[in-house]
Amino acid sequence: MKFGVVRFPGSCDEVDAVLACEQQGEAEILWHGDRDLKGVDAVVVPGGFSYGDYLRVGAIAQFSPVMESVAEFARDGGPVLGICNGFQVLCEAGLLPGALLPNTELRFLCRQVDVEVVNAGTPFTSVCEQGQVLSIPVKHTTGRYYAPDDTLAEMEAAGQVVFRYVESWNPNGSVRDIAGVSNRAGNVVGLMPHPEHAVDPLTGSADGACLFASAAARAVAA
Amino acid sequence: MSAEATSPALREEARALGLTDSEYDLVCAKLGRAPNGLELAVFSLMWSEHCAYKHSKKLLRRLPVEGPHLLMGPGENAGAVDVGDGLAIAFKVESHNHPSAVEPFQGAATGVGGIMRDIFAVGARPIAVLDSLRFGELDSSRSRYLLDGAVSGIGHYGNSIGVATVGGEVYFEGPYEQNCLVNAMCLGIAPQERLTRSAAAGVGNHLVLMGARTGRDGIGGASVLASAEFGDDDADKRPTVQIGDPFEEKKVMEACLELLDRELLASLQDLGAAGLSSSSSEMASGGKVGLDIDVSKVPLREADMEPFEIMVSESQERMLAVVEPERLAEVEAVCERWEVRCTVIGSVTDTRHLRVFSGDELVGDMPVEALVDDCPLYDLAPEEPAEQIYPAPKRTLEPSEDIAENLLALLGSSNIASRRPLFEQYDCIVQSRTVRRPEVADAAVLQLAHDTGGGSTAIAVSIDGNGRRVACDPYWGTVEAVLECASNLACVGAEPLGLTNCLNFGNPERPHIAWQLSQSVDGMTAALNELGVPVVGGNVSLYNQSGDGPIYPTPVVGMVGSIPNAERAAAIGIGFREEGHVIAMCGTPQPALAGSELAKLRGEPLPTSLPQADFAAVKRAQDAVRNAVRAGDLASAHDMAEGGFLVAIAECCLASGIGAKLASPANQGPPPSYADLEPYLFGEAVGGFIVSGTREAIDRLAKRVPTDIFGTVGGDSFEVDLGEQPVRLSLAILRTAHDSLLAAFA
Repeated sequence: MKFGVVRFPGSCDEVDAVLACEQQGEAEILWHGDRDLKGVDAVVVPGGFSYGDYLRVGAIAQFSPVMESVAEFARDGGPVLGICNGFQVLCEAGLLPGALLPNTELRFLCRQVDVEVVNAGTPFTSVCEQGQVLSIPVKHTTGRYYAPDDTLAEMEAAGQVVFRYVESWNPNGSVRDIAGVSNRAGNVVGLMPHPEHAVDPLTGSADGACLFASAAARAVAA
Repeated sequence: MSAEATSPALREEARALGLTDSEYDLVCAKLGRAPNGLELAVFSLMWSEHCAYKHSKKLLRRLPVEGPHLLMGPGENAGAVDVGDGLAIAFKVESHNHPSAVEPFQGAATGVGGIMRDIFAVGARPIAVLDSLRFGELDSSRSRYLLDGAVSGIGHYGNSIGVATVGGEVYFEGPYEQNCLVNAMCLGIAPQERLTRSAAAGVGNHLVLMGARTGRDGIGGASVLASAEFGDDDADKRPTVQIGDPFEEKKVMEACLELLDRELLASLQDLGAAGLSSSSSEMASGGKVGLDIDVSKVPLREADMEPFEIMVSESQERMLAVVEPERLAEVEAVCERWEVRCTVIGSVTDTRHLRVFSGDELVGDMPVEALVDDCPLYDLAPEEPAEQIYPAPKRTLEPSEDIAENLLALLGSSNIASRRPLFEQYDCIVQSRTVRRPEVADAAVLQLAHDTGGGSTAIAVSIDGNGRRVACDPYWGTVEAVLECASNLACVGAEPLGLTNCLNFGNPERPHIAWQLSQSVDGMTAALNELGVPVVGGNVSLYNQSGDGPIYPTPVVGMVGSIPNAERAAAIGIGFREEGHVIAMCGTPQPALAGSELAKLRGEPLPTSLPQADFAAVKRAQDAVRNAVRAGDLASAHDMAEGGFLVAIAECCLASGIGAKLASPANQGPPPSYADLEPYLFGEAVGGFIVSGTREAIDRLAKRVPTDIFGTVGGDSFEVDLGEQPVRLSLAILRTAHDSLLAAFA
């Protein structure tokens, strides 16, 4: 199992993502300027402030050479996980539905929250139990998930809502407590909470490790 | 180059730039002629208090700077200590008070950016930031504005660059109303052999400027020169607050760390106060060489900048490196990959002069030694004031003998209330090192290696200061700040290795301020000698005073300690852990109400002395708590500080959401009256710890150090039955009081 972790200028959590991936297999950094995905089995688009998040969060990163390859990899069914800024980038790139808006409090917020696995059928949730509650931190200013009602209805019907904040834990005003979603095919998943910051009880929680373990299990099965 | 004769006009310029007449005469003597405008600008900055420490350097020589774990002491961009396994931790605290008072968001943000550059300039990857903030009382809209801006600015920079903000402190007191304090501390990690010094070396080597373009931001005192000496311009040329760009700094940081990793740089220095002038002359001074700089090569934001403006600009996110000619191509390639600008702007010479060219024209020529070493140092004229120089705080709480009322007032007071609304604006976990987050324990804990299955060593770090206590007694107040910092480390099992300080004071040319400064440095020296901890570096911020008077004297200390086992530290915190555990106070503090938080709320005048700390007793208690934590004996440990005994125990309850029942140890005689109890319940002193654990564990602790059992952990309320006035408060009520700062961010 080999994970690829994208590094943009301004990525902050790519090393954390590599550490989380390395618990389950190999991990390799994918440089933003390269198109070569080096034969990885899954791609993680990590958190941070890609290109300074200038213009609009995630807006510039979608045009980087590596993202062209990631989009192609996703279209071919390759598993792609976007975390925080990575989620924002995947939404901007049109690989995931909806958008991330500024938190209702308009402030950066760093907090451990409870997140429920709503769809255990994606490549990043397959080893989780349906309804399992994970303690994972969020840290963002622009994490309020939004999509129009009709889109949300379609997404819910198709099982595209993958994670929800447990009641009273919604930190940012996300519509319908949505913390993470997938594309229609289910192979591209994005979420605002940081599972890579929840892979070791020593630093707070190991509940997020199951996302990376799921991807590894899928690779072994394939 | 024109060397004008000394004219009255030039002397007047020198005065306007902050040089005294005798300093100006000395500049002329060192040059053998009158300075030109550029030289005068450079000298005025290099000989400023900020760069030359001319009023504090003699005092600072009293501080201990040697220790068994010290790798790099004062004089470099940051100091560093040995944390074992071949690793070094570099750290330093620095002030950005004046810019933050003008524009709190950018002032605080660039404060964080500046201290990070100091850390990666020595080759260490920044891993954590802490901050120490002071504002006026929260009922002032200006204070709330400054607080909101400073907190957002710190978060903006640290969060965006991917360095965790793991701790800090904030206090609100009237004397900071006009002069807020924003001190930022940064820690970095490096293999010991990669620690880099800033001394320039190798005649013929290139001087390379990396990072942002140079603009007119932060042209401080020199802006006066701009309007007078060069005569041709107006106010819009003179922006003074620097604007931070964390994205640029992130790229510069990654590029510099890669360059150092690959050993492509001969030396590295950040550009901070006084910009190119100070960074270049300090590099030249360290290496006993000269430097030629061509300002026409410096990439500019605005095309028509004067040479002097380029030399003194404080534009952020710039680094200066010395590079051997044969490595230049590789350096350029690394910078290009990180999309970082990199320009050869000069070279190392053997002249021992800093020579500034604009193309072919020599526009400034100054002996390096004159710039860096020859600024006159002044003796202070300290004089102890006959009476307290600070007015009594405004009364916000009527004196009362109701324990519950006093406790709730203290928990909700701005200096004690939960800091959660602040620290939740900071990313405290990026880089996956944070074992203990803010308000979980008295010190932040960071693991040094990843994924070792809990076997990693760790460090603890805390930043402390208590201006009001220092205003009461500069010597013993400073002793308390140092001891409390060490106590915070002890609570997570850490042994102090080194200390960094930021001395925030008023105008040292005033005798009473000089006395505060001198007493404070003596107190710090005494405490550090007792603890055996050296100063690794720091910063001095003077002249924090306005028409309303000086700030409280505020020495801020940041201490780094080592922890042999991260897993043990991960198991300890402030919060009570288990129903049925016993609660004890360990140590022999001598609490007193004078100068306490309760006295402040009551508007009582500040005393002019504090009780002397018993060093041996405090150290014994710290050692005992540290060892018990390291042994895994204790369930919780919390240093008794602001608000005293009851506040500390309430904080232990709130941290974990478990209640407590307090009763007097072995009752003898009639229950004490409120008046008898008050100093013990609400008085303050250094050296006391609230601990909890099994009965056996507490008994073991009691064999090493005086330890009194006061109650048991359990329930969902806080019950106090220590005298004739039993109290029972639900945790919900305590929490509501403790969350009072939420309103400041509503």
